[in-house]
Amino acid sequence: MAYDYEKSIRPGKLPHIWCPGCGHGIIMKGLIRAMDTCNLDRNNTAVVSGIGCASRLPGYLDACTLHTAHGRAAAFATGVKMAKPEMTVLVVGGDGDGTAIGGNHFIHACRRNIDMTYIIMNNSIYGMTGGQFSPCTPTGALASTTVYGNPDPTFDIAKLAIGAGATFVARGTAYHAAQIDKLIAEGIQHKGLAVIEILDDCPTTYGRRNKFRSVIDMMKRLKDIAVPVAAAAKMTPEQLEGKVLTGVLHKEERPEYTEQYAEVIKRAQGV
Amino acid sequence: MSGAKARIEIIERYCKGCSICVEFCPTKVLAMDAFVVKVENADACIACNQCELRCPDFAIKVHKL
Amino acid sequence: MAKKVALMQGNEACAQGALYAGCDFFAGYPITPSTEVAEVLSIELPKIGGKFIQMEDEIGATAALIGAALTGAKALDSTSGPGMSLKQELLGYACIAEIPCVIVNVQRGGPSTGMPTGPGQSDMQQAMWGTHGDHAAIVLTPASCQEIYEETVRAFNLAEKYRMPVQIQLDEICAHMRERVTLAEPGELEIINREKPSVSPADYKPYDATKGMVPPLATYGSGYRFHVTGLNKAADGFPTTKAELVDAEERRQIDKVMFNLADIQKNEEYLLDDAEVILFAYGSTSRSARYAVNELRKEGVKAGMFRPLTMWPFPDDRVAELSKQAKAIVCPEMNLGQMVREVQRVAQGRCTVAHIGRVDGEPINPGQIIDKVKEVL
Repeated sequence: MAYDYEKSIRPGKLPHIWCPGCGHGIIMKGLIRAMDTCNLDRNNTAVVSGIGCASRLPGYLDACTLHTAHGRAAAFATGVKMAKPEMTVLVVGGDGDGTAIGGNHFIHACRRNIDMTYIIMNNSIYGMTGGQFSPCTPTGALASTTVYGNPDPTFDIAKLAIGAGATFVARGTAYHAAQIDKLIAEGIQHKGLAVIEILDDCPTTYGRRNKFRSVIDMMKRLKDIAVPVAAAAKMTPEQLEGKVLTGVLHKEERPEYTEQYAEVIKRAQGV
Repeated sequence: MSGAKARIEIIERYCKGCSICVEFCPTKVLAMDAFVVKVENADACIACNQCELRCPDFAIKVHKL
Repeated sequence: MAKKVALMQGNEACAQGALYAGCDFFAGYPITPSTEVAEVLSIELPKIGGKFIQMEDEIGATAALIGAALTGAKALDSTSGPGMSLKQELLGYACIAEIPCVIVNVQRGGPSTGMPTGPGQSDMQQAMWGTHGDHAAIVLTPASCQEIYEETVRAFNLAEKYRMPVQIQLDEICAHMRERVTLAEPGELEIINREKPSVSPADYKPYDATKGMVPPLATYGSGYRFHVTGLNKAADGFPTTKAELVDAEERRQIDKVMFNLADIQKNEEYLLDDAEVILFAYGSTSRSARYAVNELRKEGVKAGMFRPLTMWPFPDDRVAELSKQAKAIVCPEMNLGQMVREVQRVAQGRCTVAHIGRVDGEPINPGQIIDKVKEVL
C-alpha cells in the first residue's frame, strides 16, 4: 500500500495553500513519516510555527498545533516544553522567520539545548510577502527588495546552530525526499535541541527572478549542490566549491534544559 | 503482459501540475496532461516510489503490486 | 490560628499573590523596577514544582507565557516600560487567541529608557491601546502592598474566567514600598480556574461560543488536539476570511468584557456622598490624593476620591454620574494627561475636569493636589 499520510492530516485540509512546485509539501510528508517512525502520540505532540508560508504547516497536521507570531515560534515552543516536558515539541518555519526576526529565540533555544526539534524550511526568500531577501538569500541574488543584487552576506543556518550550542544539526534538501524523514526522526530521537535544515525551493518568488526556468531547474540545482558528509570527506576544497554538505553535520551529548530544571526543582525542595 | 511493479494512483484534485514527478521518474512512467499529471507508461513502473516521495501535493500514491 | 502577616515590598506581594492564585509558571526578562517579581518567583516556583524561565528578551517571555498557558499553566510575566512596549504584539496574540495569562507592568518614567528607577503612570493608555487591532483589555491598578497581593489573585481569576490576558499596572512607588501584608489562608480568597470543555475531543471547537461568550479552553497534552493561530479564525480555530465570521469573533472578544462590567470593574469611593470636588486617582498617586481629601475636609472643602482598581474597561457609567454631582473632577497622574482624557470624554463638559501632571520622577504630593483643588473651585 502507498504511504498513509492522511491519517496525520486534519480532514478536509488538502489541497494545501503552497504554490505548484513548492517543496514545503515534500518536507511535510517527510515530517509525517518521521513522526510515524518515532511513534509519536499526536495527543502529546505540539507543532509550533511562526509566520510565513512554511509556518502554515501546523494547520494541516492533526496534533496540538500552534501558529504563532512572526519569529517567535521557538519561544512559544520553549514555554510549551518547559511547562509540559513530557510533550514532544516540534518547531517548523522558514529561513526568514527563524533566522532574521526569530534569530534571537533560535540561538537561545540552541544554547539551552531544550529538547525540541526545529525544522527550518530554507527557501532563501520571504515567499508569503512576495519575495523579499532573507538572511539566507545568496549574495548577489535578485529579490523584490534587491533588484540591483543582494548586498547582504548569507547565514549558514547549520553553522549558526552549532555555534549557538544545538546538539544535533542536520541538513537535507527537498529533492532528496527519502532522506528527510530519516534526518527529522533522528532529530526527534535526539535528546536536546535538534536543528534540521531542509534546503527548499520557491519557484514563485525566487526562481522566476533568478533565471530558473522552472521548478525542475530549482530541483536539479538542489540535486547538484548537495554532497553527503561522507563523500565530502574525500573531496578537495576545489571540488567542494559551491557545494552544500548534507546529512548529520553535528551530534553531541550535553545536559538537556528541562532535565536541568528538574534538578533545580529538586535543589529548591531540598530533595 | 504487464511488467509494472506498482499501480500509480493520481489524486487529480490535489495535483497542482508542478511536473516534478514527471521529470524525475527514472522510467518515464508519468506525463503531463494539460495541468495535471497522468500515468502514460504504466508497464514501465519499477516501484521506486520517488514520485510519491517528491510529490509536494499529496497527489500520488504508489501501490506496490 | 493567627494570620500570617509579613512586611513585604509591592513586587514581592505581587509574586505572593500570584502563588496564592495558583501561578505555576513564570517567564520574564530582567528590567527595573519590576525585577523583584521575577527574583521572588525564581525562588518560590521550583519549591512547589512550578517553572521559572528567564527568557532572552521580553517578547520571548510573553511567547513562552502563552505556550505554557496552553498546556494548562497559570502563567505570569512581569516587566516595565521598554519591556512592555516589546510585548505589545504578543499581548494582542493572547487577546485574539484568547489565552489566559497575567502581565505585570511596573511603570517607570519617560518614553524609551527614560528614568528606569523613577516612578511613572504614563503607560495607562498603552495598556488599553498599545497592541494593534480592536480588542478588549482588563487592566488593574492596585495602590498598596495588601491590595497588590489581592488584586494579583483577582487578575488571575479574571484571566481564567474571561480567557484573556490581564494586565496589572503598578508604578515604581507601589512596587518598591514595603508594607504589612496579611496573607490569605487557603480557601479564604476565591480562586477561579478556566472552564474545561465538556464535549469529547472529536467535538471540541476552541472558539465555539454557542454556549457562552467565553468558550472553554482545552489544554495541550490532555487528549484534545486543536489549532491555535493569531489569524482571524472560525469557531473551529482555523483561519477564515469570511466577513461574517471575522466580524462576529472580533465583536465577541470585546463583548465578553463589555457585557460583564459589573463583574470586572472595581472601584473605591472615598467620601463621595456629598463631594463637590472629586479626585480621580489611582496607584501610588491615590495615596497622596487620600491625604489631600482629608486635609481639604478639615478646611471645610467637600472633597472626595474616586479610585478605580479596574482602570480598563474604564468606569464610564460611574464617572458620568459623578460628573453630574461634582463641580470639578481633578485627576492627579504621574504623566502629562492620560486617564484625564477618559474623564473628559465621559464628563462631556458637565463639570470642570482638571489635570495635575508630573513626570520629573517625583511623586505628586498632597500639597500640589490641594493647591489645584483650590484653584479650580
